[in-house]
Amino acid sequence: MKINHNRPTVAVHKFTSCDGCQLAILNLGEALLTLTELVEIKQFAEAGILDEHATVDIAFIEGSISTPREMAQVKKIREQSHYLIAMGACATSGGIQALRNMSDGQAWIDAIYASPQHIESLTTSTPLSDHVRIDLELWGCPVSSHQITATVRALLFGVLPKIEHDKVCMACKRSQAVCVMVSRGEPCMGPVTNTGCGALCPQFGRGCYACYGPAENPNPNALASRFEGLGMSASEISRNFLFINNNAPVFQTIGQKYSERRDE
Amino acid sequence: MSEKTININVPVLARVEGEGALDIRIENGRITQLKLRIFEPPRLFEKFLEGRHYNEVPDIVTRICGICPVAYQMSAVYAFEALFNTQITPWIDMMRRVYYCGEWIESHALHIHLLAAPDFFGFESAPAMAKQFPDEVRRGLQLQGLGNEIIKLFGARSVNPIGVKIGGFHKAPEAETVAVLLHKLRAALPDAKALLEWVTTFDFPERSQDFVSVSLQHPFEYPINMRGTAIRSSAGHKIAINEFEAHFKESQVPHSTALHCHLDGEPYLAGPLARLNLNYNLLHDEVKETLGNIDIAFPSSNPYHNIVARAAEVYYGLLEAVRLLEDYRRPASPAVEVTPIAGTAYGCTEAPRGLLWHRYEIDDSGIITAARLVPPTSQNQARIEADLRLSLEALGLDNDEATLRQHAEQVIRNYDPCISCATHFLDLRVSRR
Repeated sequence: MKINHNRPTVAVHKFTSCDGCQLAILNLGEALLTLTELVEIKQFAEAGILDEHATVDIAFIEGSISTPREMAQVKKIREQSHYLIAMGACATSGGIQALRNMSDGQAWIDAIYASPQHIESLTTSTPLSDHVRIDLELWGCPVSSHQITATVRALLFGVLPKIEHDKVCMACKRSQAVCVMVSRGEPCMGPVTNTGCGALCPQFGRGCYACYGPAENPNPNALASRFEGLGMSASEISRNFLFINNNAPVFQTIGQKYSERRDE
Repeated sequence: MSEKTININVPVLARVEGEGALDIRIENGRITQLKLRIFEPPRLFEKFLEGRHYNEVPDIVTRICGICPVAYQMSAVYAFEALFNTQITPWIDMMRRVYYCGEWIESHALHIHLLAAPDFFGFESAPAMAKQFPDEVRRGLQLQGLGNEIIKLFGARSVNPIGVKIGGFHKAPEAETVAVLLHKLRAALPDAKALLEWVTTFDFPERSQDFVSVSLQHPFEYPINMRGTAIRSSAGHKIAINEFEAHFKESQVPHSTALHCHLDGEPYLAGPLARLNLNYNLLHDEVKETLGNIDIAFPSSNPYHNIVARAAEVYYGLLEAVRLLEDYRRPASPAVEVTPIAGTAYGCTEAPRGLLWHRYEIDDSGIITAARLVPPTSQNQARIEADLRLSLEALGLDNDEATLRQHAEQVIRNYDPCISCATHFLDLRVSRR
């Protein structure tokens, strides 16, 4: 399949998610109208455009895989798409709903549903990359409009966009925000978290909660030790890592370590 | 007698937030089965809220719905503050109202322009409609953008905003930032008025349906936040927020896969039209004047007027944000101290789509032991199905399938169902064959 650089075709699909990342597109304002001129949108149910089986140049998927139907669907979308892009925390790490993976997922479903045998839900919530090859991952809960437009623009030029993997701390320093951990002893996940949000939380005087996922070469053990030094319990430390991107391996390993310590 | 059976199946319902589908069976000229099915996989929020600290809740519940995160935050913070006897300052209460107006403007403008209006002109989508109505669509997207800017003022970003905590905000906006935004909001007031006037010119099918409207009610404010409110209905109910579960029951209907919430056994309407029907007098004079010049009387029994109510609330929200920001002063602290108390916390606010009710049980250390969330879409399920039966029969079941399908979709979209949130409540029972 050759990508049509003049007016590429685009599909936006939704799996298990909150719709928030699709809003990165629907919130573009006037740029949304420009976007629909630059690319031909073939599938985007929330915007009223339906052609689920269209072969496209660029497919964005929001959401994690949590049902047998989604498992089959993602494979089909892979076959019919030149570039497959995972959009947001659910698609890149399984999302906050992946917390069930570490518990007894079936027990959770059994506790909630009177007739669990009718629930077509897996006991796990997993990222797209567990199921198919992904060309690009856009992390963030939610992704920003800038991430989407920058990606489409780069692909229009025939290249994949360059994604920054610095830590939030870098963006925080550049924004001249005061470090909440140094100045106030407030726990902050910035030292292990991917940049991309613009260090919003520290600029609002609160700690980062890692919604953009693990940064490149993070040192979660050192950060967890620092948290201990701040007087946080093992349970609190565990909850800090096992949050939005709990299923990202770097966070999961350390989060589970502290979670087990709590049980001792 | 005719044995003819028509099955209309709309596999994916476009232009609703989240994914649902509708099955209708017509036998011998009557609707014998009508199912609004939901495709949304459960995410089990109530389950993983257990074991979390109450401080984490404003950052967890935003993830339930990308379109109304403010509503989820607000129902949660008011719930905990009520349980803890936290006395927030008038500044906090006022600024939360501004913040919430931002979400009403954003969500309603999005729904009117990107999701609902194309139905009234026969377009498949908003981009298609924009070719013929460029100015109207552009105006709508700008209003949506302004709503988002208000949310960002307090929350840094409009989806999953990060500025809210139990007891107030993490940061108070700078006076200069507020002044710049206030200027833009004032400048947009004529646009919001024009939007309302435009929407009232839509061609509404003549419908009169007998339904009960339900909303929060406050003695002197149009209902948004929780303080000082009770749940009221057009049938005369007055229900305290912590008595919700005694009157509102969710139950499974055999032919439906979605839970239906009933008020004392009856379907009811929540959301913009219900709010307007019950609180018309509390609107700003500018909104009432504009509505007074049109041919629609409120309270209205035509569900299609939901879109008019939505446009009226965009105008109201903008006027209200201007009013509350006009004498903005930055306070010494954007939040008050909170001392947790174990017990059951009840919260309810008016999400863009209607009542959003929360209950949390927490222990001595502030950890949540149980949670229940009742979103507006589950409350409107029964009403949507009732409307579908009435509307399709009024349209005439002899119409061809494409016409019936188009009409049914329009009826559903008119309620702005947010299906991604409707599947998050604890007791959803799905049965599939």
